[in-house]
Formats: sequence, structure tokens, C-alpha cells
Amino acid sequence: MNRLSSFNVVSLTFGFAFLYLPMLILVIYSFNESKLVTVWAGFSTKWYGELLSNEAFLDAAWVTLKVAVISSSIATVLGTMAAYTLVRGGRFFGRTLFSGMIYAPLVMPEVITGLSLLLLFISIGMDRGVVTIMLAHTTFSMCFVSVVVSSRLATFDRSLEEAALDLGASPFEAFRIITLPIIAPAVVSGWLLAFTLSLDDLVIASFSTGPSATTLPMKIWSSVRMGVSPEINALSSILIGLVASGVILASLILKQRTVRLKREKRVGGKVRKAN
Amino acid sequence: MPYLWLLTLFLIPFVIVFKIALSDAALAIPPYMPTMKDGLSAMLSQLDFENFVFLTEDDLYWKAYLSSLKIAFISTVLTLLLGYPIAYAMARAPHEWRATLMMLIILPFWTSFLIRVYAWVGILSTEGLLNRFLFWIGAISEPLMILNTSTAVYIGIVYTYIPFMILPIYAALERLDASLIEAAEDLGCSRVKAFWLITIPLSKGGIIAGCFLVFIPALGEFVIPSLLGGSGTLMIGKVLFEEFFSNRDWPVASAVAVILLIILIIPIILFQRNEQRQQEADG
Repeated sequence: MNRLSSFNVVSLTFGFAFLYLPMLILVIYSFNESKLVTVWAGFSTKWYGELLSNEAFLDAAWVTLKVAVISSSIATVLGTMAAYTLVRGGRFFGRTLFSGMIYAPLVMPEVITGLSLLLLFISIGMDRGVVTIMLAHTTFSMCFVSVVVSSRLATFDRSLEEAALDLGASPFEAFRIITLPIIAPAVVSGWLLAFTLSLDDLVIASFSTGPSATTLPMKIWSSVRMGVSPEINALSSILIGLVASGVILASLILKQRTVRLKREKRVGGKVRKAN
Repeated sequence: MPYLWLLTLFLIPFVIVFKIALSDAALAIPPYMPTMKDGLSAMLSQLDFENFVFLTEDDLYWKAYLSSLKIAFISTVLTLLLGYPIAYAMARAPHEWRATLMMLIILPFWTSFLIRVYAWVGILSTEGLLNRFLFWIGAISEPLMILNTSTAVYIGIVYTYIPFMILPIYAALERLDASLIEAAEDLGCSRVKAFWLITIPLSKGGIIAGCFLVFIPALGEFVIPSLLGGSGTLMIGKVLFEEFFSNRDWPVASAVAVILLIILIIPIILFQRNEQRQQEADG
């Protein structure tokens, strides 16, 4: 069954062309000399130069980066704890409600999440700005982290933890020495997911920000509404490049880790057999 | 013992999480928020049903809800028709390719949503690349109007949400035992019939999950209709955003959100049920 029929080849080719051509075109046209985005007038990197000298974009990029790093880090800690509670906590009061609250933001339209957060910030009289964006991003990305981490925790061999506890480790030590290294790939990919979600978000940030803070997506949004601009093409290409290389790098590291883990397991199995 | 210990250790962050999420939920329904103070509470206490009545009277909202449902439904079907063959081909691909193919499906998901939608603006506009290409091969003599129509919205939704459709279907198809199909073919089924009788039913869980994952967020979509749909396409997410930021009518925006939430509860519950059934079937 491992042979691809021609139909399958065609659908794969078309599928991936559909997924990647628009982005490829975007990147190609970011090197276009002409101001008119659809007319090719020769190769040029001038839009990148103009982008890098645009103060407003650089400021927005800095705000976005700050928000993304801080909110994804907090979200990873909270999300991992939440996942641990969900998977290991057994039955406890309000468990259904808790798991519902973890899953609901994943499918909730952003406009609703944004609106409800904004009303919250207003009702408690909080000044809206960078801090409120961070809080908002932490809240929704935490849920994504906990879903990623809990799927790893669910397949995790519990006897390892119990063995550590029997051998005298405190529960916290057991978590730090045994559980955390094993779920680390999931935690890292949870962080990455939270980070890119935060970098990406337009709607929730627009709701939860005040006049003092503008993020990059908001900046892109306001210029994109005027139509296509080569500067945005350049910016998009930079972002696509960064994300693509980041994800590829992360997956390579993860792959190496799993290969190593497998090898260790195999060695461990042999030792056990020899005994 | 460890149970008890962990419960206490994680109870505190759990309470924080609980609080954050709960206050969001309460606020999504303003009239039920009892602890509101100052001007806002006065504004919201007058809300009652007036805003909802207003929503039913002004047919803009009706039309927006209906056309959101229609657009979300049609684009879900289109995504399924396009996504299924891709997922099928992926599941039939040699083992060593599969990780790479998965990666290629997930990668766009990591790239900015806004940028992916924006990429289509340049392609679909009247003097855009698609029109130039069609003109060049002689398929058209007049430029096609695609941008700022609902066609562009369909393309945008299918394009951005197709990974959500492919992944669950692929997961279902990958588990499918190929010998079942061989058995059916040996027993005289044609390939099409075997596909229809075996492959489709066995990947049903994946299809349902994928459809919900596309339908639910598409219903509340804001970026795609605003960028690609122009002023002619009504979608409720866009109406809410404009009500809020352009008209500054917050109570009406909240009422719009509450109704959208009510509409969404049904598919969300169905989705959760489907997931649970899947898990039970696996376990």
C-alpha cells in the first residue's frame, strides 16, 4: 500500500501548491523594485531598507516581542500546571468546569474573547496598554499550552514518578527530576505555540490595548486596509522566514531528542535483559 | 499521599486560572455580572432586553447572522472536499515522508494568519496576479472581480483553515487498517465502492472533527471578511467589531456577542461529544 497512485500525487501537489504559492508570491514580490505590487520592475531590497528605518514599525515590533515573550512564558507555567492538575488530579470539585474552561477558548471566536476581556479590564478600572495585552494573551495561550502538555502527560508512564517517590524523592523533586524532563518537548512546543499565537494576534490585542500600545499585527492591519504595500510584503517575508526557520529548527532538535531517547531505551532494555 | 500533595500544590494556580476564566465567562454576558461598579454598570443595567429587541428589529443583524452561517457552512464543505484528498494522499504516502508532509501542513499554521490572508489581496485584486495570469493565457478578456466578493472570503477561509481539516482526517486515515480495503476488494468490491463503504465510514470521526474545527471559528471570523470580503460581505464577527470600534455601541456589541455565543454552543457541544466518543472508541 506504500505506493502513491497518480491521483494521490496530484492531490498532494495541488494541495501544497495551494498552501505555499500565495506566501511564495508574497516573498518574491517583496523584492520588487516597483511601488505597484503587481508589476515586476526588477530586483531590489529597498523595501527592506525602508522598513528598517520606519520608527513606528520598529516600536510596534518591540512591543509585540515583549508581549509575546512574557505572556508565553507565564502561559507555559500556568498551562503546564493546569495540564498536570487535569491529567493527574483525578476527580476534584469543579473538574468538569475547569476542563471546560481550558477547552472553550480554543474554539471561541476571538471577537468574543477580546470583548469579554476588555469589559473585564474596564470594570476593574485597569489602564489599558502593554500589561493588559499580556494578560489577555496569557489567558488564551495558556489553554493551548495545557492542551499540548496534557496530551503528553496522558501517555506518560506513571510508575516512573511513583518509583521516584518510593525511593525517597519529595513530590516536587519527583516532578522536577522525572516528570519535567520527560514532558519537556511538549512544554517547549507549548511555549512556541503560545509565542507565535501572541505574535500573530490582531483581534484580541486590538480589544485589550489602549492608546499607549500598538502591536505589529495592529500596525500591519492598519496599513493593509489601505491595500497592498511593498513594505508590508517585506515585513511579512521577514516574519515568514523567522517563523519557518524557528519551527524547522525546533522540530530538528525534537527529532534528535526522540532518536536519543529511543536509543537510550533500547540500551536500557538490553541491560535489563542481561540482568 | 502524592494525590493529596499534588492537589494542594496545584490548587492555588488552579484557583487563579479558574478565576480568570470564570470572570471572562461572566463578562461575556454583561447582565449577569453582579459586581459591576460606576458608569458601566449603570449603562449595562439598563441593557436588559432592549439591545436584544433592537437586534431582532434591525434586519442588518439577522442578515449578518444568516450570511455568517451560510459562508461558514459552504466554506466548511469546500474545505472538506479539498482537504480530504490531501489527507488521504498523506496517509497513503510512504512512511518516511509522512513526518515531513505533516510538518508542511502544520508550518503555515505557525505563520501569521494576517499575513496569509493578506497574501491573497495581491493575488485576487482586479489588477492582481490571478487576473494577469488568466489574461495572459487568454482565458478572460475582462478582469474578474474576485476581491471584495464572497468568493474571496470562501478562498480565504478554505486557505487558512485547511490544516484544521487535514490533520484530524489524516489522523483517522492513518490508523485505518489497509487490509480491510484489500479484503473488500478481494470480495469483489470496486475501488470506488470500497472507498465509499470502508474508508469514509472509518474516517467519519476525523471528518466530523475537522468540519467543526473549521465551522466554529469561521462563523466568528473577522479578519478574512474585512480584508477580502469588502463592504458587500456581511459576517457577524465584522459587524461586532465595527459596532464596537466604529459605532462605539458597547451594549449592542455585547448583545451580538451573546447571541453568537448561543449559536456556537450547539456545535461546540456536538464537537466535544464527538471527541469523547472518539477517545472512548480508542480506549
